[in-house]
Amino acid sequence: MKQIWVATHRLLDTGEGGADMDFQLPPEVLSYRKRVRDIIAAHHTPEAVHHQHASGTFNNPALNRALAAEGLVERAVPGLGAGDPIELWVLFNEMEKAGAPLDALAMAVMIAGVVQHVGTPEQKAAVIPAVTAGEALICLGYSEADAGSDLSSLTTRATRDGDQWVINGAKMWTTMAHEARWVILLARTDPSLPRHRGLTMFLLPMNTPGVRVDPVHTMATERTNATFYDDVRVGDDCVLGEVNGGWQVMSVALSFERGVMGGSNPGVPLLRHSAQWAHDSGRINEPAVREKLARVAIDNHVAALLTQRSAWIAASGGMPGLEGSMTKLFASEAYQQASRWFQEMAGAEGLLQLQQPGAAADGWIEYDARHSPVTTIYGGTSEIIRNNIAERHLGLPRMRR
Amino acid sequence: MQLAFSADQQVLAEAFGQFFSRESPTSVVRRAETLGFDAALWSSLGAMEVWGSDATLSDLCVIGEAAGHALAPVPFAEHVVVSRLLAWPTLLTGESVGAISPRAANAHGLWTIVPAGAIADIVVGLDGDEFIAVRSPAPFAGPANHACAPLADRDSRGGERSVIGNRHHFERAMSELRVITASLLVGVAALALEMGVEYVQQRHQFGVPIGSFQSVQHGLADLPGRIDGARLLTHQAAQALDLGHVGHNAVANNDITDPHSLASMALLFASDIAADATARSLHFHGGYGFSDEYDIQLAYRRARGWALVLGDPTAERLALADRLWPSAAAGTATSNSAVRL
Repeated sequence: MKQIWVATHRLLDTGEGGADMDFQLPPEVLSYRKRVRDIIAAHHTPEAVHHQHASGTFNNPALNRALAAEGLVERAVPGLGAGDPIELWVLFNEMEKAGAPLDALAMAVMIAGVVQHVGTPEQKAAVIPAVTAGEALICLGYSEADAGSDLSSLTTRATRDGDQWVINGAKMWTTMAHEARWVILLARTDPSLPRHRGLTMFLLPMNTPGVRVDPVHTMATERTNATFYDDVRVGDDCVLGEVNGGWQVMSVALSFERGVMGGSNPGVPLLRHSAQWAHDSGRINEPAVREKLARVAIDNHVAALLTQRSAWIAASGGMPGLEGSMTKLFASEAYQQASRWFQEMAGAEGLLQLQQPGAAADGWIEYDARHSPVTTIYGGTSEIIRNNIAERHLGLPRMRR
Repeated sequence: MQLAFSADQQVLAEAFGQFFSRESPTSVVRRAETLGFDAALWSSLGAMEVWGSDATLSDLCVIGEAAGHALAPVPFAEHVVVSRLLAWPTLLTGESVGAISPRAANAHGLWTIVPAGAIADIVVGLDGDEFIAVRSPAPFAGPANHACAPLADRDSRGGERSVIGNRHHFERAMSELRVITASLLVGVAALALEMGVEYVQQRHQFGVPIGSFQSVQHGLADLPGRIDGARLLTHQAAQALDLGHVGHNAVANNDITDPHSLASMALLFASDIAADATARSLHFHGGYGFSDEYDIQLAYRRARGWALVLGDPTAERLALADRLWPSAAAGTATSNSAVRL
């Protein structure tokens, strides 16, 4: 019976000597954080937000470039040595707290980290400077129309023809494909091997002939894409990592995502907007309103501690896969609950959208109610994450019923 | 930044984990019902030299989690707080037991439903604006209650009475009580999860362990992240109280360092996960979970009893809201909560 108790103290093995538990950020990280905050404040403007929601493309190129110009993107690339996991966490945490669009930059940084980890010298030279300059985006070609949670059932094929690979298939939810320079594409190269074993990751330039992008519009204004690959021909220089080693390459990517960037804090801007609404609408004195605000403040605070823990584990040389999953599960479910509470509390004004007169919190409460459902779906659904926690952390038997 | 226990705290965790495992198995917990106090265990705990040591509040939370994990029938949280407040010799040896009344004395001078009130000979609490200590014999009796805890009403105006401070000191003591209680509740939650996992691995139905069904797995998988979160927050609060900084409540930026806010948040979050973990674990035990014979019901009742004796969580949240959104604070706290700093 003591097993799990010891497991939750897994951190004990990585504790340093006699130093006490310490939640404070060191001075160099605080100064990094201040620089990030200043740049976000300068570039995450109402105009940028308006453009984001009008176009459905949730990216701020000016912000990305400004962060890059200060060297702050380069510091965040995993394994590049310029920064460390703590700064990766700080960068995206600050963007999220401000409500700035971070997913596009985060994907690029994460894949740059993967390329740094498994890429050829030519691939590193092509990708890393372009990403750290805040110029190039990279989209993820994993999921397909018929392969989401069951990703290893994917059918996009890469067939050998002479010294080339011929790629045929289609990917779904390829967000930012319409702006990205590359897609990191997971394709089946050996159908004789079972499920995830015969897969290869390709670093495919989006301008390769045969690649097509179709927009997919979502309930939350954000536009994603379906991408189609018709007889796309590439050489071995586009293989990322080992042939038939694609699943391992994706695992590297996932460990960066879940460990530090995933499971963060969408509830923070929601709470800020909702408290503002409560003040502006004169309802800040109502106990029912205050009680919900307090609940969400606690959940946001705990989500931040759990994300901080993942960052600390990564900085200590560990791989916080399970910890990142636990954080994402908790934070996304809490955020979804909070968005519902606040929309209900706001009543009919909670139905009015951005920039509509009288909209609760200028329409942000309505937006969060449309956005929150995706957070328990992407990056691993809550159900898949619970399966993983149950099997790998609690040691329960593997079964699919 | 370091989000792990220090080497010293690891040693503490192991030492007290073994201590409570040995000295407070569930047979001891059951035997102590319904009063909820085991004098021999209390004496052994005193011999571990916890009272009056230079242990920080954070260290005491490490021990508290071990005590909660064992459902130990001793007034750990109450005595920690009172012995830190009043370094009186008999408190430091454990010969006297200390209790603190979360509620101010009522119109008749009575402190009602005092945790450890049934066994304490030194009770502290508010009477009007004065923070007082009263020495009077412990009744060793109290109302039958949910957690089989040593609760009792105590007279604030009987016995030897001394003024020990004001509301400020009382609120400081209450924040410490919240944090230590939170650590106990983290232990209870962790215990409930372990009990649940163990049971669903060995209980077979339909030819398989019931722990292989997704619905059961999912119900348990929600718990470890929140338990870890509760532990981190409890230690953050303990450390903030130890450091003694005023801190701030920059909630718009998710940046709260005010020790009293953190203490309140720690209690609320730990109470919630302890209640949830015990309820789910009991449920997954099926009918046996509902029986007296199985141990999960012991954890279920203590998760609620140890938390709710400190008051209604809604009132606690409203008091927290007064700290986080103070401009509208006047008149919004409910009558159940003591006036906060």
